Amino acid sequence: MKSTIVKLFLLTSFAFLGVVSAGAQDMNALVMKVKAKLDKVKDYTADGKMKTDVAFIKAPIGKVKVFFKSPDKFKLQRDGGISVLPKGGVSINIGSMVMQTGFVAIDAGMSTVQNLPVRVVKLLPNADAGDIILSTLYIDEQNLLIRKSVTTTRENGTYEMELIYGKYDEYGLPDKVIFSFNAKDYKLPKGITLEFDDTDKAIKDKMKGRKGRVEINYSSYTINTGLSNSIFNNQ
Amino acid sequence: MQQIVKVSGLSKQFGSFTAVDQLSFSVEEGDVYGFLGQNGAGKSTTIRMLLSLITPTEGNMELFGLPLQSHRKEILQQIGAVIEKPDVYKYLSAYENLKLFARLSGIKPTRTVLMNQLELVGLADRAHDIVKTFSQGMKQRLGIGIALVHNPQLIVLDEPTNGLDPQGIADIRNLILFLSREQKKTVIVSSHLLNEIEQIATRILIIDKGKKLVEGTASTLINAEQAILEMEVSNKESANRILASSEWSNQLLPEREGKLLVKIKRSDIPAFNRMLASNGVDIYSLASRNNLEDYFLQVTAGKQYVGTFTN
Amino acid sequence: MWEHLQIELYKVFKRPRTYLSFAAITALIGVIQLGLWVDGKEYADFVMADFASSFSVDGKILNGYFICYVILQLLLVHVPLLIALIAADMISGEANMGTLRLLMTKPQSRTSIVLAKFLASSIYTVLLLIWIAIMGLFLSMLIFGTDDLFLMKSSYVVIVKESDVFWRYAGAFCFAALAMITVAALGFLLSFFAENSIGPIVATMSVIIVSTILSTMNIPLFNLIKPYLFTTHMITWKEFFDFKVNDANEAIIGSIQNPQKIVQSASILFIHIVLFVGTAIALFRKKDILS
Repeated sequence: MKSTIVKLFLLTSFAFLGVVSAGAQDMNALVMKVKAKLDKVKDYTADGKMKTDVAFIKAPIGKVKVFFKSPDKFKLQRDGGISVLPKGGVSINIGSMVMQTGFVAIDAGMSTVQNLPVRVVKLLPNADAGDIILSTLYIDEQNLLIRKSVTTTRENGTYEMELIYGKYDEYGLPDKVIFSFNAKDYKLPKGITLEFDDTDKAIKDKMKGRKGRVEINYSSYTINTGLSNSIFNNQ
Repeated sequence: MQQIVKVSGLSKQFGSFTAVDQLSFSVEEGDVYGFLGQNGAGKSTTIRMLLSLITPTEGNMELFGLPLQSHRKEILQQIGAVIEKPDVYKYLSAYENLKLFARLSGIKPTRTVLMNQLELVGLADRAHDIVKTFSQGMKQRLGIGIALVHNPQLIVLDEPTNGLDPQGIADIRNLILFLSREQKKTVIVSSHLLNEIEQIATRILIIDKGKKLVEGTASTLINAEQAILEMEVSNKESANRILASSEWSNQLLPEREGKLLVKIKRSDIPAFNRMLASNGVDIYSLASRNNLEDYFLQVTAGKQYVGTFTN
Repeated sequence: MWEHLQIELYKVFKRPRTYLSFAAITALIGVIQLGLWVDGKEYADFVMADFASSFSVDGKILNGYFICYVILQLLLVHVPLLIALIAADMISGEANMGTLRLLMTKPQSRTSIVLAKFLASSIYTVLLLIWIAIMGLFLSMLIFGTDDLFLMKSSYVVIVKESDVFWRYAGAFCFAALAMITVAALGFLLSFFAENSIGPIVATMSVIIVSTILSTMNIPLFNLIKPYLFTTHMITWKEFFDFKVNDANEAIIGSIQNPQKIVQSASILFIHIVLFVGTAIALFRKKDILS
């Protein structure tokens, strides 16, 4: 479901707000500051374009509409068409886990994302039960923006999310989100497809070892209009 | 008189089999040209060559003064034909068949013209029934209607009486006479049933094994010097023995229906009769036949006979 | 020639057999549509089983465009039989019925008779495809609506944008028409060698079935001859449903992945048609009509 990417975005933006453990107090403070900034947005509606970039999937760019209401309501609605998104039940579990049990935040030094200096913060879940093993946030301390996150799961490999900010950076809302994952190849028997030719070797080689990506480009946000809860009901 | 058909040196080989062998003949305007021969004699092959259904191995064919090969379309426009069975599209009505073939013949007839044509062949009341429901005779009449619809100069009928009852045969004979006398058409009609032809043909060609045996007017062929003597005798064995040692030994024909047949000059008949009687053969009946069927039998079967004896 | 074509068409469309094909197609498509209407989700799940384990596909997959693709995929294997039924009967049927000799004594050139007959069978073929388009595409669009076209290829997935689908079907149907006319030409040629219609119909189907098997089997020996079999090229209509992507793996709307493949296959089919019909004309000009 589209919820994967959506929830993961939700998670990285808000889930860490539940981090309460000590361990690294300044990290905790940093996270709290980011939370404070994000708290300014009670709800929003955004129009965007979604692109699925998986080597063995050829898909057109589709229009999407995103709804959010604090603290955790999120909905991605296709504007017609068919969308393909990586599967993984991870996001929901993370979300609930974060909310309930929290993480340990550890300072992992400095790095650069999008040519900007960022603080690397590793979040370790307190409990072992969840699917998430490790979550890493790359936080732009100056602007209080999360520029990147990497999440390793037990079942579905590693997901990476990059957030690129522009017009709405004062609200901590990205203009573009790039979600990367390891896409598992698949093969269909020819009897089903009734194709006589083998796929060109060149194309096959090109497909090998490429990471899958889903990109959402937001064109406009409408912020704090007091969205009704009913919008999220049918999700 | 214009020569409608002129055929010279026509041959057709199917593999090593020679169906038609150096055949030459001509058909004059207004002729009812009887084309005779036993089954397999090459009549159909010749007619099919005339209609360009079969390509000759060699020889020339001119119709209406034009070479067939180079003027096929113009020539075929002037011909109406029924070849063997009068097969038409069974899933179409008589009217539809007639209209379709009329258009293929290059004319665009009105409904009245088509209905008149069906009237002529006695199918007006069945015009809109599909042909599947027709009897053999009705199909034959429709076939003739189709052959005539574009008002052709030359009408070619290949074995038109095949499969018809006596009434149907008589109808066809009358139709041919009507076409020839009233409409001044030239008709080529083939058959192996010769008594049909002899009553209507003005000229006759007899072929056997692809070769021309004789061609001429019906009257000359029938009034030939030769006659066929048909006899019932008391003792066929002794009669045969006596005949074999006589001057007519070469003229004995194969027996037919238990009667002896001899090809003989008309003037020799009394002497022949006396010779048999004086040698103790009782003659119960003696008939001199000279109609066309006998003539046909005489030239075709006689040839076989001669062939057998000379071997 | 035009006159004769009209007559040939008249004959074709006066025969009950002709409508049998249209009825058969209506029934086949109806069955597929009914099946997918009732159980389409299971079919889609079955096709996507492997893929769905790592991806979730969201949207109306079972739309009219998808249904039509399924129909074409299934039907274009069987339609040759319906075409052979008419095309392989064009000459042999008349020889059998006895009408050929009457037809040939009419003042028409043999070449124009053959061409008129071939064109009539081609027009029948095209009408059959138009009927498939009406039933398979337009009716499906009406029943199931339209959306993006989601296709599983043997090693990748293609999602064609809704607005980018229709012209591809137009192209695919044109290509299918060419492929089916090739079948008609083959049946037509074979109909010269017999005086009954069953022989050429069975022969046409046999040639197609054997060639299709050779085209499908992935055996090195067969792979050598594959490019020369026209059945290999008959399914090239599918190429219309694959598009190019740019360096960022974005679909280029209105593009075709392998246009040269379509041109090549179309040329090969066209050459087959010319060869089959040319041979038929050459044979027929010399043929002695003995039926």
